[in-house]
Amino acid sequence: MTNHWIDIRNANVILVMGSNAAENHPISFKWVNKAIDNGATLLSVDPRFTRTSAKAHLYAPIRSGTDIAFLGGMIKYIIDNNRYFEEYVRLYTNASFLVNPDFKMPGELDGLFSGYDEKARKYDKSTWSLQTDNKGLIKKDPSLQHPNCVFQLLKKHYSRYTPELVSAITGTPKDKLLEIYDIYSSTGKPGKAATIMYAMGWTQHTVGTQNIRTMAIIQLLLGNMGVAGGGVNALRGESNVQGSTDHCLLAHILPGYLRVPSASLSTFKKYNDASTPKAKDPMSANWWGNFPKYSTSLLKSFFGEHATEDNGFGYAWLPKIDDGQTPYWLVLFDEMYKGTFSGFFSWGQNPACSGANANKVRLALAKLDWMVNVNIFPNETGDFWRGPGMKPKNIKTEVFLLPAAASFEKEGSITNSGRWAQWRYKGGNPPGEARPDADIMTDLYYRVKALCEKEGGAYTDPVLKVTWDYGPKGPDGKIMHYDPHMAAKEINGYFLKDVKIRETLYKKGTLVPSFAFLQADGSTSSGNWLYCQSYTEKGNMMARRGRNDPSGIGLYPEWAWAWPVNRRIIYNRASVNTAGNPWDKEHPVIQWDQGTKKWKGDVPDGGWPPLSAGKASRYAFIMKPEGHAHIFGPGRADGPFPEHYEPYECPIEKNLMNAQKFNPTVKIFSPETTTPLDVVFSCDPRFPIVGTTYRMVEHWQTGVMTRWQPWLIEAQPQLWVEMSKELASLRGIKNGEKVSVQSARGQVEAVAVVTDRFKPFDIAGQTIHQVGLPWCYGWITPRDGGDSANLLTPTIGDANTMIPESKAFMVNVVRKGV
Amino acid sequence: MGKYAALVDVSRCTACRACQVACKQWNELPAEKTINVGTYQNPPDLSVTTYTLIRFKEISDNAEVRWNFFKDQCRHCLAPPCKDAADATAKGAIEQDANGSVIFTEKTRLLDIKEIREACPYDIPRQDPNTKLMTKCTFCNDRIDNGMVPACIKVCPTGTLSFGPRDRMLEMANKRLAEVKKRFPQAKLMGDEEEVSWIYILNRPEAEFQMTVAARRTRPVTVARRAFMRPFGALVAGTALLGSVATDADSPRE
Repeated sequence: MTNHWIDIRNANVILVMGSNAAENHPISFKWVNKAIDNGATLLSVDPRFTRTSAKAHLYAPIRSGTDIAFLGGMIKYIIDNNRYFEEYVRLYTNASFLVNPDFKMPGELDGLFSGYDEKARKYDKSTWSLQTDNKGLIKKDPSLQHPNCVFQLLKKHYSRYTPELVSAITGTPKDKLLEIYDIYSSTGKPGKAATIMYAMGWTQHTVGTQNIRTMAIIQLLLGNMGVAGGGVNALRGESNVQGSTDHCLLAHILPGYLRVPSASLSTFKKYNDASTPKAKDPMSANWWGNFPKYSTSLLKSFFGEHATEDNGFGYAWLPKIDDGQTPYWLVLFDEMYKGTFSGFFSWGQNPACSGANANKVRLALAKLDWMVNVNIFPNETGDFWRGPGMKPKNIKTEVFLLPAAASFEKEGSITNSGRWAQWRYKGGNPPGEARPDADIMTDLYYRVKALCEKEGGAYTDPVLKVTWDYGPKGPDGKIMHYDPHMAAKEINGYFLKDVKIRETLYKKGTLVPSFAFLQADGSTSSGNWLYCQSYTEKGNMMARRGRNDPSGIGLYPEWAWAWPVNRRIIYNRASVNTAGNPWDKEHPVIQWDQGTKKWKGDVPDGGWPPLSAGKASRYAFIMKPEGHAHIFGPGRADGPFPEHYEPYECPIEKNLMNAQKFNPTVKIFSPETTTPLDVVFSCDPRFPIVGTTYRMVEHWQTGVMTRWQPWLIEAQPQLWVEMSKELASLRGIKNGEKVSVQSARGQVEAVAVVTDRFKPFDIAGQTIHQVGLPWCYGWITPRDGGDSANLLTPTIGDANTMIPESKAFMVNVVRKGV
Repeated sequence: MGKYAALVDVSRCTACRACQVACKQWNELPAEKTINVGTYQNPPDLSVTTYTLIRFKEISDNAEVRWNFFKDQCRHCLAPPCKDAADATAKGAIEQDANGSVIFTEKTRLLDIKEIREACPYDIPRQDPNTKLMTKCTFCNDRIDNGMVPACIKVCPTGTLSFGPRDRMLEMANKRLAEVKKRFPQAKLMGDEEEVSWIYILNRPEAEFQMTVAARRTRPVTVARRAFMRPFGALVAGTALLGSVATDADSPRE
C-alpha cells in the first residue's frame, strides 16, 4: 500500500474492486466502518454480490477480466467532466510532458502501440519516449493543451471508452457505471480523498499490472496520491507476503527491490550502471540514483569480508539470470513437467492446489527425483503421489517432509500491507520435531557448505563465501542457534569501519541509523536498504508499541516501524501545494513550517523545502528519474497506457474495444509451444461459462492449515460453486445439489449454491453466464470436501509479472452424472 | 434486572463467523459434521454443541440484492420464560444470576425439552438426546465474573458486538440507532430490549432477517401470562403451566 490500514478511515469514498475486503481482510472493515461513520460512501464492484457488497452503499456487477474497460471509462468521465485536480496533475504528474510524435496508440493501430514485433510478441519501445530539449531536459506544456502532451494523449486514448461501449464489454448497466464514476470522481476536489482497496481480483489477469496502472492514473488525476484517505492500496493476500516481496523472494529482484543481475551485466560496475538512473533535471531527487550504495551494502551483507572493491564486492558469486529469462512460477512448473529439475524444495506452500492448471503441477511433481516439503501439516503437494489419478508404483519421486514451526511458535517480524514491520514474540514451542524455517535453513546451509568443502563442485565460491552471522557463534565458527534479532540487525545494516558523515563519527560495528547513511565504498552493510532504520542503536523499532497519534489521522508513528524511514503515507510531498500547505486542512499529512524551516507531521518524502523555494526544493515523486508520477508509463511490457484486452480464455468471439483479442505481449503456453496440458478453449460451446476463483473468510489459501481445523470445516465443509438462478434453471440444477465444474484442463465436483448474488451478463446483446469457486479445498481432507479449483485454471499469466490468470477462464457446469 | 447487556449492530456485521468459532473455542465444544446444502450457513441450526449461529438471508427485489446476517443466541431474558416453565417441574434447573445470565444447570435433565423450547420466544433451548442435558449460550458467565467480555464480543473485528453495563448499552443502542437511521431510514431496535439482555439494532425490516423469533413472537400471550403469574407463587404458576401444555401429549417427562 502507498497508505496503510488505519488510513482507510480518512477516506470520503472507498472503492472495493478486485477485492472482497469484508470477506478476506475482515479486520480492515473496522476502518471501513469508521469511515462510513464519518460519512464515507462504500462502493463494491465485483462479478458477484459479496459480503463486501452487502455492506456497500452501491454495488455494480462486472464481468471478470474487464476492469480496464470499466476504469478507462472512468478516466474518460473524469476528463470530460473536468473532475480532475488540475493543479495537482500539472505539478506532480508527467501529464504536461511532451511525447515523441512517432508514438502511436491502439486507436490508430487497431489495439497495438507503436513498435510491436508480432513474432517476438514484444514492443520496441523507442517511440514511447519523451521529447527533450538541447540540454536533455524534458519538454513540457504546463497548459496541458499541446496535442503531444501526455494529458491530451490520455484523453485521446480513453475517448474510445464511452459508457455505451464500456457497458457492452463489462456487462455493467450504464446507469450504475455513471453513478460510480460520479461518486468516485467527486474526490477530485482538494480536501476530498478516495481510496481503492484491491487484491487478486485485479492482479490475477493477463492484464493484471495494467489494471493497477489504470487505477494509479485515476488516483493521480484526482489528486488522491500522497494524501490521507487516498493512495493505491493492495490488500496483500498473506500476513507477511509484503515482507516476502520486500526481501525479494521473487526471481527478478534482490532484497530492497534491486533488480536481479542478468548474465550480460558481467561486472558489478556494469550492473550498477545499468540499474542507476541518471536525472538531468537538478530538481529531481532521483532517489534510485543511490542504487550503488544499496547494492554494495547488500553484497557486503551477503559476503562480508570476502567482498572487496577489487572483486566487485563478490558480484561474481551472485546468481544471474540469462538475458530475457523469466524464471517465474508458470515457467518453473513447465520446466519441471518437462523433467528439467531433479529436485524441488516446496517451502511453506502447496503448489498442487495453489498452482494454476493444478493437474499439470501434480504431474510435474511426478517427474522429480526428490522433493522436500517444508510445512506444518502434510499437504496435497508432499502427498501428490497418492492423490486422485496417481499410480504410486510408477512414481519415482522421493518426498521428504520437514515439519516446520507455525508463525506463533517463533519470534520475528511480520510486515503488513501498510508496510508496517511489527515484531512478534514466540507464543509457544513447536510440537515434536517441528522447527522454525530459519533453523532448518541454517542446518541445510552448513551441511551443503561442508559437502562443497569436501567434494568441491562446478562453482563452490557462492556457497563458501557467504556469511552466516545470524546467531551467536561457537568455538568452531558456526552459529550455535539462529537468533532473529541478529538477522534483523543484519538486515538493518552496520558500519563496517569507523565512518565520518557530516561531522559525526559512526563507530565500526554500530547499526546504521537509516539508508541515508549507506555507502557505495564497502564501509557499510545492509541486508535490505528499505529496512535500514528498523533496528538501530536505539533498539528494535519494529517492537515499539507507542499509542500516541499526534497526527490525528491515524499515523501512530511510534507503533512498530514502517518502511521507508517510518514514513506512513508515501508520496506525501504531493499532499501539499507549492507553499507546503496541505490540500486537506482537516487531514494534513505534512505541513511546511516557515519558522523552523522544517516539515511537521509524517516523515516527509525528503526534507527539502516546498516547491515555492525554487531550486532548493525537489519534485514530489522522488523514486522516478524525472520526479513526476507516471500517467504515461513506458516501463511496462504491454503499453504506456492501459488498454482493454479480453482474458486469454474468453467467452466472446471479438474484443469489442480493438482488433486484438488478448494481451499481445503475454508469453503463450499452448499445446504448440509448451505441452498439450496447456490447452485453452476460447469461445467454445463446450465451455461457455466464465469461471473465476476466490477466497472465503473461513478458510486460508489452499486450506492446508484451516482444513484440519474442525470449527472451520464445520462452518464451510465443502467446495461449492456459486451460480445465478438463471444458469441453474438452464442446467436443471437445484440449490445444494452436487455438480461437476469442468474446464479444458480438469474438473471438480462442487455443491451448487444457487443465488441472486450472481446474475447473467448482457455483453453486447449476448447473455454470458459466470460462476465462481473458492480454491481452498484439497483432496487430503476432509474426505468429502472437494479438490482444488485450480484444477480448472489455465497456464497463462500477466504480461509483466506472469501472475496466473486465475480470475477469468472458461468452464462448463453440469449436474453430477450428466 | 441484569447488570450487563450486549448490543448487536447488524449493519456492521460481515458474517465472518469469528463469533461462532470463538464460542466453540472458549466452551470447548466439538464441531458438528456438516455438509453444504446450498448456503454459507453452517451448522444449519443451533444445537447442543452450537450455542451461537450466524443466520444468512438473501433478499432480491427490483434488481437490488440484499444479504442480511443475524447472530442468533440466547437473549438472556430479564424474566426468562424458560425458567418459569422449568420452575414448575424442577426448581433450580434453570437459574438466573446478577450478571444477567440465564443458566441451564445439570437439573435440566429433569425437564421436558419440548415444553422449555416452546416457552422460549426465540427457540433457543436444545437437549442432548443421551444425557438429557440442555445447553445454550452461557453469556460467558465465567469470563464476565473475571472482568472479561464474552468470547464472541471480544473477537468481533468490525464493531458489530458491544458489551457493558445495561444502562450504558441501552444508551449506546439509541445513539447508534440514530446514526444507522441516517443511512437506513427503516432502522429500529428489535422491540424486546426491555425484556432481554441482548439488544439488537436492525437496519432493515425484521422479515428480511432469518431468525426464528419472527414466528415465535406472535405468541406474546403465553409469555405475558407467565410473567403475570410469577408474583403469585410457584404453585399457582405451575397450575397455569400444566393447563397450557395439557395438549402436549408427546413431551417426555421424568
